[in-house]
Amino acid sequence: MIGLAPVYGLAGLMFAAFAVLSARDRRNRKRWGNALFWGLLAVSFLAGDRLGDAGNGLLVVALAMIAGLGGLGRGEPATTSPEARRGLAARFGHRLFAPALVMPAVVAAGALGLKALTFGGRPLVDPKQATLIALAAGALLALGAALALLRQSPLAALQEGRRLADTVSWAALLPQALAALGAVFALAGVGEVIGRLVADWIPAESRLTAVAVYCLGMAGFTMLMGNAFAAFPVLTGGVGVPILVHRFGGDPAAVAAIGMLSGFCGTLMTPLAANFNLVPPALLELPDRYAVIKAQVPTALPLLVVNMGLMYAFAFP
Amino acid sequence: MLILLGVAVVVVGFAVGLNPLLVVVLAAFATGLLAGHSPVEVLAAFGKAFNANRFVSVVLVVYPLVGVLERAGLQAQARQVIARWRGLSVGPLLIAYLAFRQLTAALGLMSVAGQVQTIRPLVGPMAESAVEARLGPLDAGLRQAVLARAAATDTVGLFFGEDIFVAVGSILLMVGFLAESGISLDPLRLSAWAIPTAVAAFLIHGTRLALFDRALRRRAR
Repeated sequence: MIGLAPVYGLAGLMFAAFAVLSARDRRNRKRWGNALFWGLLAVSFLAGDRLGDAGNGLLVVALAMIAGLGGLGRGEPATTSPEARRGLAARFGHRLFAPALVMPAVVAAGALGLKALTFGGRPLVDPKQATLIALAAGALLALGAALALLRQSPLAALQEGRRLADTVSWAALLPQALAALGAVFALAGVGEVIGRLVADWIPAESRLTAVAVYCLGMAGFTMLMGNAFAAFPVLTGGVGVPILVHRFGGDPAAVAAIGMLSGFCGTLMTPLAANFNLVPPALLELPDRYAVIKAQVPTALPLLVVNMGLMYAFAFP
Repeated sequence: MLILLGVAVVVVGFAVGLNPLLVVVLAAFATGLLAGHSPVEVLAAFGKAFNANRFVSVVLVVYPLVGVLERAGLQAQARQVIARWRGLSVGPLLIAYLAFRQLTAALGLMSVAGQVQTIRPLVGPMAESAVEARLGPLDAGLRQAVLARAAATDTVGLFFGEDIFVAVGSILLMVGFLAESGISLDPLRLSAWAIPTAVAAFLIHGTRLALFDRALRRRAR
């Protein structure tokens, strides 16, 4: 059965290539910092399971030290100029869209069909990982199509990948590091402490205040933890089930579903949801790190109010 | 109570502009130590979780594809298509993308689009080009306003579409948690309750995009 190992191997080899190309990039003053950063990441993806827990811990600390002490520069491998790109666009025309469409096609086919494939009576790929495996396969197939159709070399693809990776820089690793922080929060019992505070100090006497406490709590706690999944058990165990469902007779499906979506409103407003909120500004090279959050808050706040209204009006039959 | 200082480290660290990766490591150690674990235990727990969450960073394998397509002129071609399609304004463009993202996510196709795959190479340049057609070359502030809205549209569409799909992680989490609390539910009922909020998200975000469009049109006159 195919699991995530080949996907990690592929990513690890890519990071190793970024490391080697960084080390050879004399135009980047901090090339050794970049080489070490991408090299350590390659080690994590290629051999993370053999490093031991403390070994992996040292690796993350080293990555954070390189980034935090200004060890990363920005490699700028030679690429095509804007004029040259307009010329290439005129030459290739709509052929340029073909590889960009191969990838979603493979991802869609893989996510829907890969699970059904069997080999000798056993599933060919791990059904839980089908989407990620399809994503990696789609990226690889689309890259092959791009190199063939647009006459590019594999080395150029790796250099261009490094250009993007250096543009996003340490922010690319932030989502994974925050997920690990969530695990430490869980180990220390941060959720229980906050849940007890909410239950002890905030009045939920009437149906209206209870709905408001639950929905605002989901949004606020999600902002502190970075994702709604961490907030859901705490708030639903502390307020949702005992008060909204048992005391006021709410429909558990409506309470839980709208509560989770209130948490998603919080996700739109917090820098701790780095992959949605901090990586895109880096990727789009926006000067304000919080530009995307600022563009989302005016959608998130009214939507949170709508959620409270929906729950108050329809969750108590 | 004291362990909440770990959360405070995150808030303060981000607020004073420390490198966020460093803030995360400091917060992990603060939280773990205040909860009474030894430094080595915290290091191991953090390292173990980092290794277990490598799947989060797998999306980076699309960088070489996106980069090489840019090199060959994909962004320039995306701009061209929009420039030729006169009269297509940035509002309707992003509203159509919002609908596409919500509908595909509701069918479970969360990874067919995204910030790396779609916004940077295609939708971002298209949105810029649609505004340029009216206002000429963009200054840094307007460019940021347009691209930030494109990125926000992708995330809003994803969040308020995916919960309609039954097999998504959040639905499974809710079913599992409620089962532990003695409430058994058909997951389909949870996904049905995601539909009203999805419609509201489309209306609210779509209205904002239409208003943004109208403000740009006024500026063009």
